[in-house]
Amino acid sequence: MTAKPVPVPTPETQPFWDGCAAGELRIQRCADCGRPYFYPRPVCPACGSRNVAWFTASGRATLYSYVINHRPAPGFQDEAPYAIAVVQLEEGPRMMTSIVGLPATPEALVLDMPLRVSFERRGDVSLPVFGPDQ
Amino acid sequence: MTGVIIAGAAETDRVGRLPGHSTLQLHIEGALNAVADAGLSLRDIDGIATVASPGPVQVAHALGITPDWIDGTGVGGTSFLLHVRHAVAAIRAGYARTVLITHGESGRSRVGATGFRLAASSPPGQFEAPYGTFGPTTTFTIPVLRYMKEYGLTHEQLAYVAVAQRRWAAKNPRAAFRDPVTVEDVLASRMVAYPFHLLECCLVTDGGGALVIASADRAAEFGKPAVHILGTGESSEAPMISQMADFTESQAFRLAGRAAFAEAGIGPSDVDHLMVYDAFAHVPIYGLEALGFVGKGEAGAFIADGNTEPGGSLPLNTNGGGLSYTHTGMYGMFAITEGVRQLRGEAAAQAGDPQISVIVGNGGMFATSGVLILGRQPR
Repeated sequence: MTAKPVPVPTPETQPFWDGCAAGELRIQRCADCGRPYFYPRPVCPACGSRNVAWFTASGRATLYSYVINHRPAPGFQDEAPYAIAVVQLEEGPRMMTSIVGLPATPEALVLDMPLRVSFERRGDVSLPVFGPDQ
Repeated sequence: MTGVIIAGAAETDRVGRLPGHSTLQLHIEGALNAVADAGLSLRDIDGIATVASPGPVQVAHALGITPDWIDGTGVGGTSFLLHVRHAVAAIRAGYARTVLITHGESGRSRVGATGFRLAASSPPGQFEAPYGTFGPTTTFTIPVLRYMKEYGLTHEQLAYVAVAQRRWAAKNPRAAFRDPVTVEDVLASRMVAYPFHLLECCLVTDGGGALVIASADRAAEFGKPAVHILGTGESSEAPMISQMADFTESQAFRLAGRAAFAEAGIGPSDVDHLMVYDAFAHVPIYGLEALGFVGKGEAGAFIADGNTEPGGSLPLNTNGGGLSYTHTGMYGMFAITEGVRQLRGEAAAQAGDPQISVIVGNGGMFATSGVLILGRQPR
């Protein structure tokens, strides 16, 4: 059976994946305009500054939107139907993720519900996933 | 107005399931049909634009064209609308005189087609694919639940987009799906990615088409009535759906539409016919709102009230769209060819006597957009 995709870090994303391996959700913030952002890149998308720094996000988020996928990607056959979600971090940026600890049903997955990050081992990396914040 | 026209427009002889045609063959057939439609020969073509692969070098060479101007802009299914905009600029600058824009895609049969491998080190390879995304059904669809919560769009209204377009497709002998459907039928079709059922997702077909673009000064040289390019726009937003700024609106549609309307010097109320790239049932809703045809949150009810179907005030996706007519993967060419047919009065499902048609293209997952405003008169 085909394995699930494993992300391959690049130089500018390595600190993010290092953070995940350490159990921390590390994202970037502009030291000039103060705006946090994701995905990792060496320039602030709000003001163009190169003066950006990594920090550890709280790991709290809310459910922004999702689908429940019935046609599984290779490696996900045993999990269908499964949710593919976008969460909004407490700090503002959004990221795609999986939802853990909740059934993949519209009844269980309510938009704006509070979520908290955890990390799932996938090959050589740890992947941030989100579950109920309790 | 731009002073540039669509002088020829055609599709492949057939669209649908064409296992006997490679991707390149579909380009060639579309090109030959469009050049003939313009009353020209391949020797008249001095500019070429298409998407890789096969790309403009391969297509030009296959046709025996030595171009003075080349555009390989490849930003998904809206690319052909951007090619039209770029061809307008090239013709006005004198870089080319007669531009051929081609599309061919063996989307269903995959003959001579390239694969869709995503590098695991690319941004979507790192930040989306690990969560089980599997093509557009799992990504393009994600924004709609947020839209439904914010604006009260119902599952029935979303389903009705497919019902309305099937009413146009029923009049089009080339459409893949022509049998009438009801909201109940749509909601009873197989779940693909909640909240999207099969009939709310586009077809996957084989086909192609092409356009010939030239200066309006030459309109009398061609075989068919000129279709004037009145205004154009292009924009891009996020390369990954998770990074779209606001899941309830398409910034790229809005900005491309604003530029096109400004250039044309008209507004939405002047428009007689509309094509909005419909890979999924929610995309026409986003398109109607982004270009200002209706207010924010109003498009679902506007469609469900019958305004966009045969007999309605704003005929939309009159070939049946990607949901019922055809969708090769990069559908934008077919939206343009239908707009041209409507303005010439030669569409299978002719929507009255339209003077102005607007084409709204999408590339990727709300990632890019081109908008064309076409007219029967130069204005």
